[in-house]
Amino acid sequence: MAELVYRRQKRNLAKRLAPALQVGLPAIALVVMLIVIFWIRPTAMSYFGFTLLFKLAVPLMFAALAQMLVIMLGDIDLSIGSFVGFVTCVTALYLDTAPMLAIAIYIGSIFVYAGVGLVIHLRQLPSIIVTLGMSFIWLGVAIIILPAPGGAAPAWLSGFMAWRPPLLPLPVLLAIAAALIGHFVISQSSYGAVLRGAGGNPRAIQRAGWSITMIRAAVYAAAGLLGLIAGITLTGLTTSGDPNVAPAYTLLGVGAVILGGGSFTGGIVSPVGTVIGALTLALAGSLLSFLQVPPTWQIGAQGGILFLVLAGRILLAEDKS
Amino acid sequence: MQPSQAAVDTAAGLLIEARGIRKSFGAVHALVGVDFNLAAGEVLGLVGHNGAGKSTLMNVISGAIQRTEGRFVYSGQAVDHWGTAEAQAGGLRCIFQELSLCTNLSAAENAHIIHRSLRGFGWRHKARRLITKALDDIFPGHGIDVDTKIADLSIGERQMVEIARAFTETEDKVRCVILDEPTSALGHKPAEQLLAYIKTASRRGVACILITHRLNEILAVCDRVVVMMDGAIVGDRRAAGLARSDLVGMMGNIEAPHEQAAPTRNASQVLTVNHAGIDRADLPIKAAPGDIIGFAGLDGHGQRERLRAIYTATRKVPVAFVAGDRSVEGVMPLWSIADNLTLRSLNALQKSGFVSPSAARALAQSWSQRLKVKAPSIDTPILSLSGGNQQKVLFARALASDGQVILLDDPMRGVDVGTKQEVYQLIRDEAERGRIFIWYTTEFEELKNCDRLYVFREGRAIAEVPGDKIDHNRILEASFGGADG
Repeated sequence: MAELVYRRQKRNLAKRLAPALQVGLPAIALVVMLIVIFWIRPTAMSYFGFTLLFKLAVPLMFAALAQMLVIMLGDIDLSIGSFVGFVTCVTALYLDTAPMLAIAIYIGSIFVYAGVGLVIHLRQLPSIIVTLGMSFIWLGVAIIILPAPGGAAPAWLSGFMAWRPPLLPLPVLLAIAAALIGHFVISQSSYGAVLRGAGGNPRAIQRAGWSITMIRAAVYAAAGLLGLIAGITLTGLTTSGDPNVAPAYTLLGVGAVILGGGSFTGGIVSPVGTVIGALTLALAGSLLSFLQVPPTWQIGAQGGILFLVLAGRILLAEDKS
Repeated sequence: MQPSQAAVDTAAGLLIEARGIRKSFGAVHALVGVDFNLAAGEVLGLVGHNGAGKSTLMNVISGAIQRTEGRFVYSGQAVDHWGTAEAQAGGLRCIFQELSLCTNLSAAENAHIIHRSLRGFGWRHKARRLITKALDDIFPGHGIDVDTKIADLSIGERQMVEIARAFTETEDKVRCVILDEPTSALGHKPAEQLLAYIKTASRRGVACILITHRLNEILAVCDRVVVMMDGAIVGDRRAAGLARSDLVGMMGNIEAPHEQAAPTRNASQVLTVNHAGIDRADLPIKAAPGDIIGFAGLDGHGQRERLRAIYTATRKVPVAFVAGDRSVEGVMPLWSIADNLTLRSLNALQKSGFVSPSAARALAQSWSQRLKVKAPSIDTPILSLSGGNQQKVLFARALASDGQVILLDDPMRGVDVGTKQEVYQLIRDEAERGRIFIWYTTEFEELKNCDRLYVFREGRAIAEVPGDKIDHNRILEASFGGADG
């Protein structure tokens, strides 16, 4: 009997370690990539090197967190890439010259996101269709206000993105902050449990007296807010607006969520994993450049890295059961 | 009479008082004017056929669906809109037949779902303590880790968490718990523990509504029994002095006397199933054509795993499987009865790669008639059927197939007495024709239909009981490990 209890505890320990392992694998991949890069170019192992390597990962990370919120509900957001593009246009055009207008558009777009969540929930529409439609709308509106890439980011914004805080490079600092806040809100807080529950078994949440309608609207609004941050930080980096700057964010974001231990069934997501996943995907591009893979092969090779890490994760998941 | 009746009720301090409740889904009248009341601390048994309207009535009372018509008084206050939030705030909890836990969360996190006050720093610790205490109170020695995801627990353990959660209290006191087939997924011991706890809770003033097809449980714990039929209450009696046969009589079907176990067939027949165990302590499962083999023992002791192993290992003859966990591994939720029923026979129904629609319909028609599936037509979506009728369709799927070995994974969960008797008869008839049934069940009564039993403990078949020696004590003894446990 005692042995049975012991075995049970061991099994539970393995189960508790499993999520850590799932986050751990992309983290290991990230470290391996960094080691390879530092081996080829030891000078990259510096404050400046880290800033350069992860600079472009910042907006992707926020877009991936936005995608994570939507995937948490069991939905998918195909519009986040064009939304980020739209935000860069608004930021580059108006934030400097007409800040009030820019802020009004920002707030309005968050409401639109909440509205999309409401429509999906109330009409029971598939999110994949609604957000696909929304992606064309965001792209169209962005092209209307800014037909060709241009505009200028406010000086303070590009200044902020180029800021060099002491001790840690800005991208690393932002990544840690985003991962910690996300972990606290989604994985630790009591509301996070309800949100994840809403993805896992919405009926149970509803029967316990929570409003799924409100939850969906709020989560979509939060996804919109994160998309907004992604767009603003991206403008700070590129210093101009471009409707077509970020279409890849949609699927790279999905990749980051899944890489970080998330699941399409809803309710199973990890903010820390997502952030690490986004960093891994962003670094994969740099790694290939360092390895002098010709640009024509880079996209394919990036896909190969994604495939390898995901396959590893699945093998690991099977192993523990 | 009506006013004086009301006066009496108010004096008695009723918790729930419902008058003339009607509920229609389109043209279907699920409830046709039900008068229902429940006193504080009362234990009420609710029985009736599948589709009698029990679940609908409970959904109305719990606020999950809105009544079409009728007056509803909760705790002395007439309520107009009664939703799940109001029910929750009023201390009314439900344990539904299909689990209402979030399987991606832990037991502690699930406790928060119904307790909003568990928040701020240290909420997780409080939630853990709350649910652990409830589990310890109701199911002493349960051995459930409250930080494990529900998805990683067995179905019996999930049910225990769900029940324990319903009895947890923070700000709002629990005043009434509705238990819909709570013991169907539980093993013998947890079921007894639960019944004992319901009595304790009722002394504390917590009212319970117990819906179950296990009439002995009703007679063991309930103060009053309400019988429903065709969307109306047809009987309302004190439970004291009531016998099992009275209850069955009130439900309107005559309980067939238990037949003696089918005559044992000659042993000279060739074994169709001969499935070796995982080690020497694990008995091989042997079955010849015409055998009905039972798997007994406490829930979650390896019976399901063994059924699955047999399913994979049986290659020579066709096998069919009847799932107990309908929603997960049984029904195709969006398909009609006919599509669900013919799923296992598509190979037999095909002609040069195309399924013959007329043959498929004929097969579905004849089998849904044989099993008396209660539905307007075989094109009805399966989810519009009651649980018992869905289960009949799953049975028909296996029986209509070419399967010579039919594996039953506790298929009678939440099925009413009448249906059960029909299905038992059908199983015996089919066995006469040479089919083999391997039947895992958590109900002792059902084991009496078997020719031979294997009792499971800790993942192994540890005892074989011949048909004429099947009795309660013997099985219990083997499940608990006899003298050495």
